[in-house]
Amino acid sequence: MAPPATAEVQRPPESEEEEGARWWQSPIAQMVWKRALLGILTLVLIAVIVYFATTVLPGDAATAILGQSATPARVAKVEAELGLEQPVVQRFVEWFGHAIRGDFGTSLSAAAPVGSHGGSAKEAVTKLVNEKLLNSVVLIGVTAIVSTLLGILAGMYAAFRRDGVFDTGGSVAALIASALPEFVVAIFVVMLFAVNVFAWFPALSLLPPGESILSHLNMLVLPVLALVIVTTPYVFRMTRGAMIEVLDTDYVEFARMKGVSPRKIAFRHALPNALAPVIQVVGLNLLYLAGGIVLVEAIFSYPGVGLALVEAINGRDVPTIQYIVLMLAVFYVILNIVTDVGVLLVTPRRRYPRS
Amino acid sequence: MSANATTPDVIAAKAPRAGVGGRAGRLLRGALRTRRGQIGLLLTLVVVGIAFLGPLFAGNPTALHGGPFEAPGGQAGALGGDSLGRSVLDRVLDGGWRILLISAAATAMAIVLGSVAGVVAAYRGGFADTVIMRTVDVLLGIPSLVFVLMLLSVVGSHAWLVIVGVGLTQAPQVARVLRAAAQDVSERDYVKAVAAWGVPPRTVIRRHVIPSLLTPLMVECALRLSFSIILVASLSFLGLGTQPPTADWGVMINENRVGLAQNVWGVLAPAILLATLAVGTNMFSDAIARANLSSGPAGDPTLQMALSASNVAEGDEPVGLEAIDEGSQ
Repeated sequence: MAPPATAEVQRPPESEEEEGARWWQSPIAQMVWKRALLGILTLVLIAVIVYFATTVLPGDAATAILGQSATPARVAKVEAELGLEQPVVQRFVEWFGHAIRGDFGTSLSAAAPVGSHGGSAKEAVTKLVNEKLLNSVVLIGVTAIVSTLLGILAGMYAAFRRDGVFDTGGSVAALIASALPEFVVAIFVVMLFAVNVFAWFPALSLLPPGESILSHLNMLVLPVLALVIVTTPYVFRMTRGAMIEVLDTDYVEFARMKGVSPRKIAFRHALPNALAPVIQVVGLNLLYLAGGIVLVEAIFSYPGVGLALVEAINGRDVPTIQYIVLMLAVFYVILNIVTDVGVLLVTPRRRYPRS
Repeated sequence: MSANATTPDVIAAKAPRAGVGGRAGRLLRGALRTRRGQIGLLLTLVVVGIAFLGPLFAGNPTALHGGPFEAPGGQAGALGGDSLGRSVLDRVLDGGWRILLISAAATAMAIVLGSVAGVVAAYRGGFADTVIMRTVDVLLGIPSLVFVLMLLSVVGSHAWLVIVGVGLTQAPQVARVLRAAAQDVSERDYVKAVAAWGVPPRTVIRRHVIPSLLTPLMVECALRLSFSIILVASLSFLGLGTQPPTADWGVMINENRVGLAQNVWGVLAPAILLATLAVGTNMFSDAIARANLSSGPAGDPTLQMALSASNVAEGDEPVGLEAIDEGSQ
């Protein structure tokens, strides 16, 4: 039988094997529960903000659809069609009820004319956006993998050759790259590799409709490069800082004196203990990418969620805006929890049973 | 009033002298002693100078001077023509000051809103603290750019709304830092001593806590300004900030990128200016944050938050004994 909770606390954390029975009482599981509940609360509040910002602010949806010159009669008609004459709270509850079941209504873009609200023949927002989701996931995923590996390796090397040429140069480059706005980096990348200096890659990632970005990898290169330039500096700095700290410890000194090879010291002894802050910064980078893809996708016309958001905003397609913003918020909240769990898992002192 | 007119002064004389100008000056001097601070300020001042003095020398930024994307040196001036045949030089000279003013206003709003929220959260505690910090979490749950885009999407693009939107996305960070700093300061003995003396909380906050918050506040000002500039320029680039006929560096990059092959300067000139400005403000705010760290007790807890990237390095996990065992095998 599983022991009572008090005994579990007193047991040394190393005894992982016999845990199984009550894994959900482990500190990590409890943290996940607590964070998940808070996360759901946060998401509900974000939904409130998103709904009110897009439908209740002055210049409401009806005017947005019809344009500023619409006659009051037309506006009233569309408002009635959209159900806008009902009380705000009732509308929100209705919208939210549909939203958690994955129904965000139909797109108001040119393909789906006004007045079609509720009509089933029109394209659902979720369907239109989800088609582009994979492209954005590929962009974020490839960027995260490249920038993490590059940042960790460069950071470790800089820490080993502290104050050397690579370290100084790398730190200056990281300082500059991390300060630049994404769209400026992206435009420099376009000038350098697509138009003005070399013409190696396409300046625009115009994907033929219905095809996957994976079959046009040359269109992926420049958007990824731009995002890698912006995100790698954080991994580099964090790895460098954490490694320098670990390399100064007695146990690394001891390993050195014993004659352990530098490579083994780096990867076996030092890196595992420098990993917690690195995982956090990778988490931060992924969070950043959720917003950063908007600009980069807009520059390259990369067919992802970010470009869809910009197009929806220009077309005042309120349901699409609501869906994308909420989707990004869900990503944010989940990623925050995953990052915290990841940090706990790689931190030896808190190595509790893995669920 | 008359009751506490004497006591606070007596204490203030004994407490570490919280000269407002002194602290701020020390921090700035500390930042400017570093090379990073010097270079940062120089880069920033060059671009700010061009942005604010430029309009005095610029010709009409919307006048047409011939064909689109004309090569440099022709009718359109030293930097050539843009997408409509307007002078790139005139537009670059006139296109920076709006970004700077809007960013400055947004930063001011973020600082005021964030510090009030942070200090109130720290002092009231309990329910007020919970409500404020939940709100902060919610605002941080949406990417800043996406949040502002959402606000602008329905109402349309107005300078005041850009200021409010950017201010709202930056305020939560300020609130977090100021809350931590205020909690730290209020734990100190001299503040507790003043409070024990019977000085009303309002006076304690105004005379003894706020001066100690000044250095983290300055760090935040510099940081938030550099973030705001990037956000405001990005909005212009996406077509939701400054609206087209008006000259603006972000708008210019967007308008002229189709003509990169014909006249690169329409994009390159505003891009270089924005890049220089971003790197300059970033280096300077970094230097201020570092000066704050090394300037004694008030700095320590707040810097961890201020340098958002490095605060995660502050792991509470010292290297465990396990690692040594593993290492010696």
